[in-house]
Parts: sequence; C-alpha cells; structure tokens
Amino acid sequence: MNQEQFNDRNVSDDGYLKVDIADYPTTPWGRFKRVVDRTFKLELFVGLWVVLREMIKFDIHTVKYPEEKMPIGPRYRAVHEMKRLWESDTERCIGCGLCEKICISNCIKMDTKIDENSRKEVSEYTINLGRCIFCGYCAEVCPELAIVHGGEYENASDQREHFVDFAQMLTPIDTMKEGKQLEFEGFGAITPHEDERVKKTPLAY
Amino acid sequence: MSSNITITIDNQEVQTTEGEFILNAARANDIYIPAICYLTRCSPTLACRICLVEADGKQVYACNAKSKEGMQITTTTETIEKERRAIMEVYDVNHPLQCGVCDQSGECELQNYTLELGVDAQSYSVKDVQRDSIDWGHLHYDPGLCIVCERCSTVCKDMIGDNSLKTVPRNADPLDAEFKETMPKDAYAMWNKLNKSLIGLTSGEEMLDCTSCGECAAVCPVGALVDTHFMYKSNAWELEQVPATCGHCSAGCQITYDVKHTSVENADKKIYRVMNEWNYVSLCGAGRYGFDYENRVDAKDEKAFTNAIEAFKRADSIEFTSTITNEEAYILQSLKEKLGVKLVNNEAKAFQTFLKDYSAISGTKLYGNNLEATHNSNFVISVGSALKSDNPNARYALNNSMTVNKGAGIYFHPVNDPVIEGLAKGMMSVYHAPLQEEAVLYLILDLFANKEELPSEIVDYLASFHSEKTITVEETIKEKVVEIVKEMKINEETGEEEEVEVEKSKMVPKKISKEVVVDNNRLLEILGADENFIESLEKNLKKKDTFALIAGPDLYTHPNSKNLARLLGLIERYSAFEITMIPSLTNTLGVSLICELDDEAEGYTVGYNTKADFTLSALGDGDLDMPAINQQEGTLTSINKRVNPTNAALPYNGYVLNDIANALGLNAELTVDYTASLPTANGFKALAFDTLPNHYDNDGTEHRGYLLDVVKVRKSPKQNVEPIKEDILEGTLIYLANPVRQFSDFTNKATNLDEVSGIYMSADYLQESDFNEGDMVKVKTDKGELTASVVSDNKISGNIVILPTFDSNLNSEALFSGYRFSSASIEKV
Repeated sequence: MNQEQFNDRNVSDDGYLKVDIADYPTTPWGRFKRVVDRTFKLELFVGLWVVLREMIKFDIHTVKYPEEKMPIGPRYRAVHEMKRLWESDTERCIGCGLCEKICISNCIKMDTKIDENSRKEVSEYTINLGRCIFCGYCAEVCPELAIVHGGEYENASDQREHFVDFAQMLTPIDTMKEGKQLEFEGFGAITPHEDERVKKTPLAY
Repeated sequence: MSSNITITIDNQEVQTTEGEFILNAARANDIYIPAICYLTRCSPTLACRICLVEADGKQVYACNAKSKEGMQITTTTETIEKERRAIMEVYDVNHPLQCGVCDQSGECELQNYTLELGVDAQSYSVKDVQRDSIDWGHLHYDPGLCIVCERCSTVCKDMIGDNSLKTVPRNADPLDAEFKETMPKDAYAMWNKLNKSLIGLTSGEEMLDCTSCGECAAVCPVGALVDTHFMYKSNAWELEQVPATCGHCSAGCQITYDVKHTSVENADKKIYRVMNEWNYVSLCGAGRYGFDYENRVDAKDEKAFTNAIEAFKRADSIEFTSTITNEEAYILQSLKEKLGVKLVNNEAKAFQTFLKDYSAISGTKLYGNNLEATHNSNFVISVGSALKSDNPNARYALNNSMTVNKGAGIYFHPVNDPVIEGLAKGMMSVYHAPLQEEAVLYLILDLFANKEELPSEIVDYLASFHSEKTITVEETIKEKVVEIVKEMKINEETGEEEEVEVEKSKMVPKKISKEVVVDNNRLLEILGADENFIESLEKNLKKKDTFALIAGPDLYTHPNSKNLARLLGLIERYSAFEITMIPSLTNTLGVSLICELDDEAEGYTVGYNTKADFTLSALGDGDLDMPAINQQEGTLTSINKRVNPTNAALPYNGYVLNDIANALGLNAELTVDYTASLPTANGFKALAFDTLPNHYDNDGTEHRGYLLDVVKVRKSPKQNVEPIKEDILEGTLIYLANPVRQFSDFTNKATNLDEVSGIYMSADYLQESDFNEGDMVKVKTDKGELTASVVSDNKISGNIVILPTFDSNLNSEALFSGYRFSSASIEKV
C-alpha cells in the first residue's frame, strides 16, 4: 500500500463541507415556538420512516458485522503481531527489551537467556492484552520492526489467559513460507526515501 | 609531603594538593573532564587521550599531568574539541551495531561519549579483522566490542595484582597513510595504538586462571568483558539497585545488589548481579559472585518458633558465629544479660582478648590504621595472614601501594604463595616456620623501631641476636686500562696515510674478592629469610615514608598470642608502622566490641549459624530459619573500623532474632531499632539506622555509616614482652584456610562460586608425595581426624596442606587446637 497519503500532513480548508445549523432561540417566544414545533410536528416519525424505508429497500449501507468487516487502515493499532525475518524465517525479535521498558501500562514482560550458539534468545514473551492500551509505543520503539500492531481487533474472551498467547501473535511459519507475511506500515515503520537521508559510513573494503 | 595549592580550572579556583592529577582535582570539585581509560587509585594508562586539557597554554592529559601552584587550566578549546570528536569517531570505527543485545544495555561509556560529543557521521575507516568472542570461564570476552581502553588490564595489575590480562597484537592492516596528515594528532596516535592491540591473557593459555574477582568486567566501559553468569539475563535498566555491604569478610565492601523478578512466571525477587563503585572500592570474587546465599522461607513456622522460645528459656549457653549484624550481636548480648546465659564465640573471643592485650601497650582500644591508609602507604608488611583468602581487600591494598605508590612490602607467612609473589617487584616473601610469628615481630622491632625510645631490656634482647661475621664477597670493580693502539690516519699536510700511535683508555670490569665484616642477625636465620634479605630490604626501603603493617588471624589464636599482641603494641608505639588487624570473620570486630564473651559453652546450648542442641540457621539447615545477611537490614563493623549499613536485597518471610527477643521480654519493633543503642563506650555512635549514609563522593570520600570513635584505654605501666619460644611443629603441616573466593558456608552455598571442598595440596607437594588429585585421604591430628578427597591448588606452593573452613560438613576446625597450624599425619584410604 502506498504510504504517501499518510505523510502529507497539510490540512487545508478546501475539502470541508459547512453544515447550516440555525442558532439557538434566545427570546422566550422563540423558545416557546421550539417546544410547540417539537411536540406537534411529529418529527420522531420522520426518523422512524427513514429506518423503515431503509429496512424494506434491501440496498443497505450498514456493514453487516460480524459477517462483514470494515477494511482496517494500515496504521490501525489492534492486537500485536510478531514478525519473522524474510531471509531466514526466524523471529525478528532480538530481545533488546525496549518494548518492555517503554510500555506505559507495564503489560509486556520477557525473559532472555544465552542460547547454545551464544546468542541472545527470548525464552518467554508475554503481552497482557487485558492491560494493554494499544498506544503503539512498543511498535514504534522496536528497532527490528519485530513487534507491530495488526488489524485483529476482536479480543473479547472469557479467559484472561487468552490475552497473552505469543504463538498467536507470531506469523505462522506456513504463511511465512508462502511469502504472505504482511509488513506493517504504521508508526515506527520505515518512511519513504529513508535511504536518501542516511549518511553513509565509509568502508575500507 | 604534598602541600595544599590553588589551581584554576575554567576560571574556577580549586583547592588541591601539590602533585595531584588535574583530572582528580577537577572531579573532586565537580568540574567535568571526559575520560575513559583512567581509573581512580590506579596509574594513568593514557590509552584514550580524551582527557586532553590545556594547562598554562600547553596541551596535557588531565589524567597524568600533575597540578602545580597557580596552574591555569582550560578544559575545552577548539583544537581539543576536534581531537575529542575525532577520538570518538575512531572508537566507533567498526564497532558492531548490536547495542540491542549487548549486555551493557545502555550503561555504555562508548554510547555516552559518542552522543555527548555529537558524533553523527563517520570520517574514518579501516579494514576490520576477524574478532571472535572468547570464553574465559567465569568471564566472556568479545573483542568485537572491545575499545582497548585497557581499564581491565590496568585494574588487574594496579589494584588486584593478578596481572592476568595484557594487550596482545590485533594483526590488523596498517592505517591509511592519508589519515596521518588529515587527522588531529592525538586521535591519530591513539588510533594507531588501538589498531594494533586487543586484550588477551598474560599466561597465553586458553582459560583464565586468576583469583577470579571479576573486577575487569566491572570496569569495562563497554560490553566486551562480561560475567558469564549474567550474559543475556537482564537489561541494566530493569534491575533495582539495593545499596548494601558485602557480608562475606571483614573488609565490608560497599556493593549494590541488582534485583529483579525471577521470570515471567515467578514474581519472586532474585539477585542478578553485584555491582560496585569500582573507582573507590574493589571487590573479590566472593563479593561479586557469591550473592545468592539467601535463605528462602515460604512462611512463618510458628511451631519451630515456639520451640525456639522454649529452647532459649532452657538454654545455658548461646553459641554463634560472627556472620551476624551488630544489631543481632546486641540482641544476643541483651539476651545474655536478661537470661543469664553464656555467650560463646571462640573466634571473636580470641580477637577480643588479642585486642585487649594489644591496647594495654598501645593505649587505644583499636588498632590505629585502616586499609584505605594502607593503600596510600609505600611500605607494607603482612604478618600472620593468608592474605589473599583471609581478606582480599588487604591484598589489594598491599598491591596498590606497591604499584601506584612505587612501594615495597614484605609478606611473612609459612605457606608459600605464588599469588603474593607475583604482585610486584618490591614484594619480598619470607616463608618462616609456623609458631615463629614472635620472631617476625621482633625482627620488625629490630629493623624499624626507634631504639632510643624502646625499653632498654627489649633493646638488649634484640642485640643478643646480633653477631659479627666475616664473609668473603666477590665484587666487580671497573679498572682503567690504558693501551697504545696503532691506527692508520691521513696526514693532513701530505695527504698520505701513515701509522700513528694513539693512547686509548677504557674501563675493564674486574672481579676481586675481599673479606668484610658483616652483621649477622640470628632472627633472620630463625625465620629462614633469604641471604640477600637485608640487601634487598635496604634497596626497597629507599624513598619510603609511610609504613603500614597488616596483622592477621594466625596471631590471635597463637599459643603466645598475648606476647604477640604486646609486641604489636610496641611496634605501633616505637616505630613508624601503623597497624591494621584483619578480623577473622565478617563482623568479628563488631561482635568483640558488643558482646561479653565467655570461654566455653556448657549445658543446653542454642546455636546461631552453628550446630547446637537447638539451631537457628540462616543456611536453612537448622531448627528455625533465620535471614541471611542479604535479607537483613543492619550494620556491620569492618576492618576499617567503620560501621557500615546494609539493606535487605531480598524479602524474608520467616521469623528473625528480634521476634525471639521480643517474645523473651525485650521490646523493639525492628532489629535496626537497636542501631542507636550500640555501646558508645566502645566507640559506637548513638545514630539511628535510617540516618546512616552509604555512598562515595566524587573525590572518593567515603560516606558510609560512621567511623568508630577512638577510645583511649589506660596503658599498662609495664611494657615487658617474653622472649621467643622456639617451638616447632614436626612432621606434615596442615593449615586452616580457605581458597580464594570462599569464606564460610554462605559462600559455599552461592551457585557461581564453584570451589570444591577437600584437602588442598600444592602441585609441588602432590609431586613429592604419593597422593594424586581426587584420592580420598585421612588427615589425623591429636585432636581428631577427617577423610576427604585431595584437591590440587595452584594458588599455593610448598609443603603445607590446607584444610578449608567454608564447608562445615568437613568440620576441619575440629582438628586444630585453636592455632591455625598443626602437625598431622595424612594417609590414603
């Protein structure tokens, strides 16, 4: 998806539609007229008629949730996803702990250890979604674009444990193998033309 | 000595002493000069060159330029700014961008200075070399992250004395010649050196074999040297720092316990590592790695508590060890007064008696010196202590005085110690026979005491050891020899070559032997000192003006300890030596000042951290659990005569000694309520626990608890001392001492201290005898016997076998009759 529209943050007056709303009555006579109007003009039925008409027209504009769902914008911040590396299919998370540190509702916790290849391994990673306020700081701070927000906003459950399943957040290996992992394009993601702005380090090779 | 002077740093007038490094003067006055490689208390390394300042218009390095009266110093100029920026760029060349997983996790001086100097672009480059990380056992070295500031090797050499680390070649490509012209001068010189070196082991072997203090990892400004046990366990910012005092030995080092929840599942607090203010205090391996000795208790065991109350009511004696706080000692003393029981602690009793005998001569309740002053001395003697294991900080003080103050020292001890021998050039070791400590102290009196003031009978007695003898010495002198040589020369008038005779004189060395009358000191013979002892002593004594003596626990339990104590008193009174005594356990000094101790336990005995009829134990193996020192608030009295506060790093859910005391009629809500009641007559101050500070100032001033007041006692009118008893121990000798990093059952409990318990024999001894490592042997003395396996120990040499005390299952104390040496028979089983 093209990112440019999100980078254009100039808001002009041109696109706005002005709504014509009459001022509130200030005189006692005016107020009395309003009461009489509201009581005897039967405006209630105007509204009811709209509902009734739309009901029998069968060309409804409402989204029929849960069968139908609204498309979610790329910057929408719903349940987190953990991404994998395109090169090796392994988890991107390096266990730096920045998400844990920055989390303002203290809902991220992780344990790290040294693995058999002397690399840092995340042995346990949990997000308490019951506490999470979906502020997006974790995705923004992540240096590896490993933790991102996804579009999955349905997280009602009768079990607290359902709020902390790491396996569900991680891109399934099958999806990864098929090359269908979606990159997050929201806050914290690489902005266009990033390459042009980076100063290059000289190399002696 | 150095005098007070005034210098001006950045238009600010600063008081300092003549010869103080500019950097230290600035730091003491809160003036900031960036510096990476300099360590306070160590000699300047000059690796980073970032501390450049301008002094009287000349660029100098603040870490090694000495202050002079009226000096004008500017900390930043345009050229210096350029140098510093270039230096930081150089440090960032080829530095891996793996800050996210680095164990330094932001506590990184490379990051700090890079950001501070605003390095946002790189101008330099050099081809990198393969730099694989290396496992050195308890340490892990990643040369890729190393900036070769040499702080690790500096602290190892100047403070610890192991000399285990050094710089090794990097084998990198030379720097591009163009940089020499274009770069700032100091930055180029620093890079040139950096590009040639990495850190390696002095021994050249694969694994690090040192006294494993971990100080090198603590001082590492980046994540190159890390403790293996901590690798990738936690980020620094997650850890809560609890300031405390180390509870393992009498040095009472300031430490912070770094605490965090155990894991995602387990919210119980856990200590992840121990940190220290390495500019002002250096830890040993026990302090740094022996932190998880806590006694985890789930809940209050009410039944055991009722039993404990009953046991106390029934008790005739209370036996305890000195690994307790001052407040607990005070509670025990109050219980003694209340219940009329006996208080027994043999090791503290011996120290108490020794101090009393000493003060009869010296006139003060406590010894005059401390380890801080020993650091600043330049001639240090150690007597009666296996220094490296009894009190590692005393060893650091000895080493530091030799390396940084260009000092010298003598180590008197029966056990040959390669670690002490390896400290520095000025170190002299005298391995005397056990029981000859008296002769050592007499020798010190003989060599250093002011004979005019010393009581005449002692002077006469000392004179009786001297005799004259004639020896033949071979000397090399240089003699002038004049020769006539024929040379070809060009005659300037004729231009022709002709032979000329030239007289040439030259110096030729010639050996002559002559007879000289020398003084023969029989004390040296008794001690088995080297033939050249006096000669090297004279050489080592040149330019020495501050003298310190460290006396160790061998003396307190010596059969003639009273005489030794009085001799020490005489040395302090009549010589330039200032004395520090090593209290044998963590709080032996505090206990000996607080408790009235009895000689022997009798009847029904309650034991605290020692096995008895009813045992209270912080090790978790007794009848009622007690908190370990890392779970307690309280104060500990250190070798430096300082009452140091310590805080609870971990929670404790069981009963504490104060609960028992309250049930028995004392009344205090918290154990630390007693801090203000500690006996002022013995030097304690009536200060509440919460008012005690625990930090260091920028100039190194220690603000921890308080110093004990100097208490004067009446000197005894008689200064007589007994002559030397030339007793000797026959046969195989055993010595009661621990390996380095072990002190007690608490250090033994720590998971990262992996010393094996057993009977320690040196490699020499193993070779001479028919024992092999791992053999089960039986050690037998007239007091008892024990069976354990042989452990080869390369930190000792010679023929004395060492029995450790850190494993109470071994119960090695039972083999000794107080004195730490004994003769024994050892046989295979």
